[in-house]
Amino acid sequence: MTDPTPTVTDPTPTDRTPTERITAALPGTSVVRIAGVGKTFGTESGGVRALEGIDLTIAQGEFVSLIGPSGCGKSTLLRLIGDLTAPTAGSIEVNGKPARRARLDRDYGMVFQAPVLMDWRTVAKNIELPLEVMGFAREERQKRSGELLKLVELEGFAGRHPWQLSGGMQQRVAIARALAFDPKLLLMDEPFGALDEMTRERMNLELMQIWQRTRTTVVFVTHSIPEAVFLSTRVVVMSARPGRIAKIVDIDLPQPRNVETREQERYFELVTEVREALRRREGGEGQLAPPDADRIRAEGLA
Amino acid sequence: MAVAAATVPRARRPTLGRRVRIALVWLAILILLVVVWDGAKWFFGDPWRIHTSFLGLPIDIEHRPPMRARIATDLSLPHIWKVVEAFIAPAQRNGPPLGLVLAGQALFTFREALIGFAVGGLLGLLLGIGFVHSRLAERAFVPYVVASQTVPILAISPLIVVATKAGWVSVAIISAYLTFFPVTIAALRGLRAADARAFELMRSYAAGKLAVLWKLRLPTSVPYLFSSLRVAAAASVIGALIGELPSGIPDGLGASLLNYNQYYSAGPERLWATIIVCSILGLAFVALVRLVETLLTRNRYRPVAGA
Ligand SMILES: Nc1ncnc2c1ncn2[C@@H]1O[C@H](COP(=O)(O)OP(=O)(O)OP(=O)(O)O)[C@@H](O)[C@H]1O
Ligand SMILES: [Mg+2]
Repeated sequence: MTDPTPTVTDPTPTDRTPTERITAALPGTSVVRIAGVGKTFGTESGGVRALEGIDLTIAQGEFVSLIGPSGCGKSTLLRLIGDLTAPTAGSIEVNGKPARRARLDRDYGMVFQAPVLMDWRTVAKNIELPLEVMGFAREERQKRSGELLKLVELEGFAGRHPWQLSGGMQQRVAIARALAFDPKLLLMDEPFGALDEMTRERMNLELMQIWQRTRTTVVFVTHSIPEAVFLSTRVVVMSARPGRIAKIVDIDLPQPRNVETREQERYFELVTEVREALRRREGGEGQLAPPDADRIRAEGLA
Repeated sequence: MAVAAATVPRARRPTLGRRVRIALVWLAILILLVVVWDGAKWFFGDPWRIHTSFLGLPIDIEHRPPMRARIATDLSLPHIWKVVEAFIAPAQRNGPPLGLVLAGQALFTFREALIGFAVGGLLGLLLGIGFVHSRLAERAFVPYVVASQTVPILAISPLIVVATKAGWVSVAIISAYLTFFPVTIAALRGLRAADARAFELMRSYAAGKLAVLWKLRLPTSVPYLFSSLRVAAAASVIGALIGELPSGIPDGLGASLLNYNQYYSAGPERLWATIIVCSILGLAFVALVRLVETLLTRNRYRPVAGA
């Protein structure tokens, strides 16, 4: 409680990255504005401080990755942005509105680690689900799901049911569903976490292309350093207990990114930079449980 | 990138050979039942003698069981062939055979049970929907719902019959009374069974309660509901029979149950014939529900692992 909480109107400019300073200067272009956010879960054995003192501003068209040890609050932060849970301190604005208002205005699409498709719906109908809820007309829905099936390269599978698809195909359907209503913001929680490395890299490329085509702002949670560096315009490195932002790494790799991006010198430098940032937290404070550190190392270097 | 559509597995359906095998096992169990039944009579039953002639040949077979047991006497356990005979023999002098009479009564009872099933099933589902949306209602009412099933239905069925005038309405009410409970319990589970993230997904679409119910809760609960509807189908037949007993309806199986119970010693095989028809009715109803389930859910729901 002694921590001075920065407010939206009075951000502390010193610990901000260049991008953030730019977006702070142009309030109209910021899609997500997180100020002094904390989240404490009340449990029977006392409170769990999942997040503390989070300040982050994300500009229109950015691709921001959240990376950090397991349990550092990445999912919680994403869910806070999506108003799937409420902060216990600070404020969150999405598209210049409180997060709740933004949710009610259907400003964002959500993708989880598991596809969470509905078995009783065909692939096309799964993609149309948000459109149905939002009251789009049938022709409009069908047109849209047709386009999206093409976008995620699943044209031949419109009439299939989810269990008849591979894991990677299911996740593509989930992404198409999230894009169905053209949300201004895409929230993704380890969307490729359950996929094998090869599928994952292909999905990275596809997501990259989708992002380049749609220019949707993306907040992306991952455990994979290469994935974060390849996809992002900025990587937010978090530390655990309590969850804080340890460092924000600007990814200045040229656009458009493609297979060759992963072979550039700069790419390796940035991967190392993110890895160091993660490791510094680990060594400096000794707060990271070894299994967590191992998990990051294994997944990051794989 | 384009994966051949044919590589995707399709839902499995039982093959013809599999069906034949199932039918054979089913038949074998039936035969086993008959063998055990009449085997018991062979060892523990009453002595019998057939003294007749067939195509001019005199036939004289006599059997004296080595032991005696009350349960296997002709009065408690008539011979299978006697029961089969009872089906063919006229129910009343110069009337139609008992089998035909019972079949007609079964149809009548089935209609009552069907109404009770529909009303009870709907009520059960509506209660479940109500409880899922209101913790208060759930806390307050579920104990009563459970208590309703511990009340001996036999004791309150005359009450219902008197209150609503004897007739198919009272029978349907009693049938519904036994039917709604399993459906409510299954609905409570099924309507909440969807993945927590699916609920969050709906929340992210700012979906209203009705949309969540219609597009997530109900479809998720369908397999749960059908399991309970099978239980409910059997219960609705029992309910209809229990309802018929005090209402004096002559058209249903309940009338025969009552009648042949009263005159049991005069013809135990008739009561047994009625009992068999009652259970066939129950089985047929459950099978019907199963058929509807298959038609509705095949290729729409993930095939159950281990099935
Ligand atoms: N509903 C909850 N109730 C209580 N504690 C919770 C709840 N959700 C999360 N937590 C706690 O908050 C912390 C952050 O959890 P979160 O799921 O955000 O971590 P994460 O960074 O996404 O981890 P992972 O990489 O393993 O997915 C953890 O310590 C967790 O135990
Ligand atoms: Mg997580």
